[in-house]
Amino acid sequence: MLNFMTKRLFVAALVAFTVSVIAFSLLRLSGDLATMIAGEDASAQDIEIIREQYGLNKPYHLQYLDWLGDGVQGDLGESMFYPEEVTALIKDRLPNTLTLAGLGVLFAMGLAIPMGVIAALRPDSWVDRTALTIAVLGQALPGFWFALMLMFVFGLFLRWLPISGNETLAHFILPAISLGYYSTPAVMRLTRTGMLEVLNSDYIRTAHAKGLPTFVILFKHALRNAIIPVVALSSVQFGNMLGGSVVTETVFQIQGIGHLAWESISRNDFPVVQAVLLLVACFYIVLVLLGDLLNAWLDPRLRVT
Amino acid sequence: MKIKHLAIPAAMAAALALSTPPAEAGKSDDTLTWISNSEPDNIDIYYNTLREGLILGRHIWDALMEIDPKTGEFQPSLAKSYKWIDDKTIEFDLREDIVFHNGEKFDADDVVFTLNYLADPNNKVKALSRTKFIAGGEKVSQYKVRAKLKYPFPAAMQYFASVIVIYPNEYYAKAGPKGMATKPVGTGPYKVTEVTYGKRFVLEKNENYMKGGPKTPSIGKLVFRRIEERGTQMAELLSGGADWIWRVPPDLAQRLDGRKGFQVTQGETMRIGFLILGASGKAGDHPMTNLKVRRAINYALDRDKIRKTLMGEASRIIHAACFPTQFGCIDDNVKRYEYNPEKAKALLKEAGFEKGFEAEFVAYRDRPIAEAIIGQLRRVGITAKMTYLKAGAYRELRRKKGVEIAFGTWGSSSINDITAIAGNWFQGSSDDNAQDKTVIDLLNQGNTTDQEVRKKVYAQAFERIADQAYWAPLFSWVYNYAYVDELDFTPSADEIPRFWAAKWK
Repeated sequence: MLNFMTKRLFVAALVAFTVSVIAFSLLRLSGDLATMIAGEDASAQDIEIIREQYGLNKPYHLQYLDWLGDGVQGDLGESMFYPEEVTALIKDRLPNTLTLAGLGVLFAMGLAIPMGVIAALRPDSWVDRTALTIAVLGQALPGFWFALMLMFVFGLFLRWLPISGNETLAHFILPAISLGYYSTPAVMRLTRTGMLEVLNSDYIRTAHAKGLPTFVILFKHALRNAIIPVVALSSVQFGNMLGGSVVTETVFQIQGIGHLAWESISRNDFPVVQAVLLLVACFYIVLVLLGDLLNAWLDPRLRVT
Repeated sequence: MKIKHLAIPAAMAAALALSTPPAEAGKSDDTLTWISNSEPDNIDIYYNTLREGLILGRHIWDALMEIDPKTGEFQPSLAKSYKWIDDKTIEFDLREDIVFHNGEKFDADDVVFTLNYLADPNNKVKALSRTKFIAGGEKVSQYKVRAKLKYPFPAAMQYFASVIVIYPNEYYAKAGPKGMATKPVGTGPYKVTEVTYGKRFVLEKNENYMKGGPKTPSIGKLVFRRIEERGTQMAELLSGGADWIWRVPPDLAQRLDGRKGFQVTQGETMRIGFLILGASGKAGDHPMTNLKVRRAINYALDRDKIRKTLMGEASRIIHAACFPTQFGCIDDNVKRYEYNPEKAKALLKEAGFEKGFEAEFVAYRDRPIAEAIIGQLRRVGITAKMTYLKAGAYRELRRKKGVEIAFGTWGSSSINDITAIAGNWFQGSSDDNAQDKTVIDLLNQGNTTDQEVRKKVYAQAFERIADQAYWAPLFSWVYNYAYVDELDFTPSADEIPRFWAAKWK
């Protein structure tokens, strides 16, 4: 087991390193940081002075090694634009993204699981079709359009909720609905399939034969078993929401990690991009690693790979 | 992307239909909330190059003089008067009754400190395009100071009366750049009470602002927020979450105009658009090196139609390669190219391109305008193949390899002097796609403080640029401003909204 863990950790470190090299190379290919720092009306001469002052005239590999040298000592450097350390920026933004993704998953599960259960109770009926349509709409509607519609109805017309910002928990409700709705179909379908399978099993028939109330059979016996893969899927959806909330964060002006990454990519602020990518990559690596270790613990045959 | 272009106007139309007039507005609590699509990542005016940073900076700090946006004349500000000592020295007489927001007294030491700070490359100032000409400061007495320039720079006063603002030397020595980025201190009409990057900046009226100063404020509190998404900006304005937004797309501005509770104003800016025609042949041997082809392109463009359709009535046609109010922008004898596609075709025939040709066309912004231009060029037989790039990549390509046709715009950093435009585009730099020695020589002769000589040589330079059709100048850019109708606001061409001059009705 120790050998297996060491191998997996080595692979995880290699993945993190590769992500960082690719991110650095892509950013350098996509544009010039000195040009971005100097601003729109800067002359070629101004840009050259900025390039020299900020050490951007060094060969790319030396710039990368400089960053890496500091990075392995825990110093992720300073943003080329914000007057802050990258770690402080991330510390400031991460809670917003975690709140948004957490509420998004809660909304997705809160909507999709009951719909999946109802659909499984009446398979191929109009109830099933309606539940499926509601869920599939979540993936079919363009995210930014749905977000704007939510904003106009609940923020502008009804004036129930704030339109933008991240000051209070109320500010996260509309963004969480917008983000979570996209994940609804996957969770709903998995719940429905799981429930259909469980409802046809022998122990449910036995429960019916024993005369247990339907509610108890459904939620105590059937759902508890059917929901296990749904919980696993929801954790993956949570990961997706952490890395993929850029549009929602931009439309609702939530200062999160996704927004920070998008903003930093658009102006080649490589210390921030590197740090955010590493963070997101580390989230995935840890999740996958935990999954691997859990599987290996449960099934010793997997430890040989 | 196309879906987004259709969906946002549709969503906006729905919003306008659903919304009611603003429930709460800034007048009741004397707070003006303005929203823009970018936020300066550093509120220190010298460490950001963003327009919003410049605007905030002009409210927090003061320059030595101030430009009257209506007349263009210099008014006293931190300095009572100025005089040129020689081509590289300006002397300022300072006011003696001014204090910074933190109570520190203003005098010559603050000016000397600021100018020396800007001149020192170790300080890595980012706003180089506004500060690079400064060599330092020299104290003459406690309230008299001299600014030293690195080279003769006749437009220097435009900078000293707008973007070169003065920092408190004692506070800066203690707080440093990080302190100034989080707790800025100036002498301006508004003092900063909250800096939360990514969230908002709050400015409050400076009750101790200089008596009779040119920026005496009226509104009590300014709140700045950044929202990139146009739809969200509009929703905030309609719901009372914002009082003022700008750069509103023309279609949305039209829908909002005349709506109860709101006002839409269009204001011309100093930004002009143009086609850069690769006359010097930097990008190789291509038709743009032929004068007749360049003139044909100028005749092929129906500028007025594009201007009215895609920019707005407040925009104006540009003939010389500069903005008309800039010092030295003299277009009296400049060749004017009216829209005449037949003449364009005839010129192309004379140049040996009767059947037309294909040309490279590079753009980085205002795609609809670029596409309209391409459509008009096609009508005279020129097939322009557009490459649409990010601003940085566009500039790099143009500067390093040159291009056949590039669609560009230039705001001159709001400097009302032609050195801010011709100095960059026609004085031999890597942006100069003409590299015309006659023009370079004329512009170099303009590096004098003798204003009459400057006017004469600049007029000749612009005549030559237009005659040789190095550019196809288009028109000025306009902004649409939308705000609550209880706000009395006047836009200015330098893209600096003067909130200190705004009032509640």
